Amino acid sequence: MADTIRLQREDFDAAAQVALLTRACTNVGAVVTFTGLCRGAESGEPIAALTLEHYPGMAEEEIARHVEEANRRWPLLGVTVIHRYGRIEPGENIVLVVTASSHREAAFAAAEFLMDYLKTRAPFWKQVESAKGKDWVEAKGADDAAADRWRKGRDAAE
Amino acid sequence: MKLVYFAWVRERVGRAEEEIAPPPSVATVAELVAWLSKRGEEYAHAFENPNVIRAAIDKRHVQAGAAIAGAREIAFFPPMTGG
Repeated sequence: MADTIRLQREDFDAAAQVALLTRACTNVGAVVTFTGLCRGAESGEPIAALTLEHYPGMAEEEIARHVEEANRRWPLLGVTVIHRYGRIEPGENIVLVVTASSHREAAFAAAEFLMDYLKTRAPFWKQVESAKGKDWVEAKGADDAAADRWRKGRDAAE
Repeated sequence: MKLVYFAWVRERVGRAEEEIAPPPSVATVAELVAWLSKRGEEYAHAFENPNVIRAAIDKRHVQAGAAIAGAREIAFFPPMTGG
């Protein structure tokens, strides 16, 4: 299993990460890549930047627990998760999730599962910088609902 | 035990971390929040709505009813907004 979890201030190269992952695994038939970027506007208002705060130690552990869970649920051949912190300007990368499997269903599902959980369970907080000043981003109910889908799916399977 | 705060909880409390020694009657996360709220205006402000406060003990998410006995580090923070 070639799993990589990294938190870093600097940018990442999604294509290079895919190449690293597929080179390390054999029998990969499907790779799904999700990249989250900093939008130029929040609720219709232009923003200057986002600053991401995180809980060092717990963020890595929490992501690792979800990568383990993804590995239990789907036949994955490799997972890469990179989450940036610090100040990030519109158009810049924030988060990368890459999942590799023999077939696409597992790769798609695992990537979506990991993103839904990163949004609601990984200890990161976004602060928006705009002409109005600095404001903490409020958690969205839609993100909780997206993460809950996976819990329901697991309960139904048990 | 060590307390750590993040995002607007950290800003309202006015510090990122501190060592505390609550009395033995404070047994759960919810009771710790109630105890902290009485320590001063900044704590009362940070914890004014306990429903939006999330907690972790030794870097694992916990519910408000979780026991704090034996905890080395307890974190308080708002709902997460990463990804």
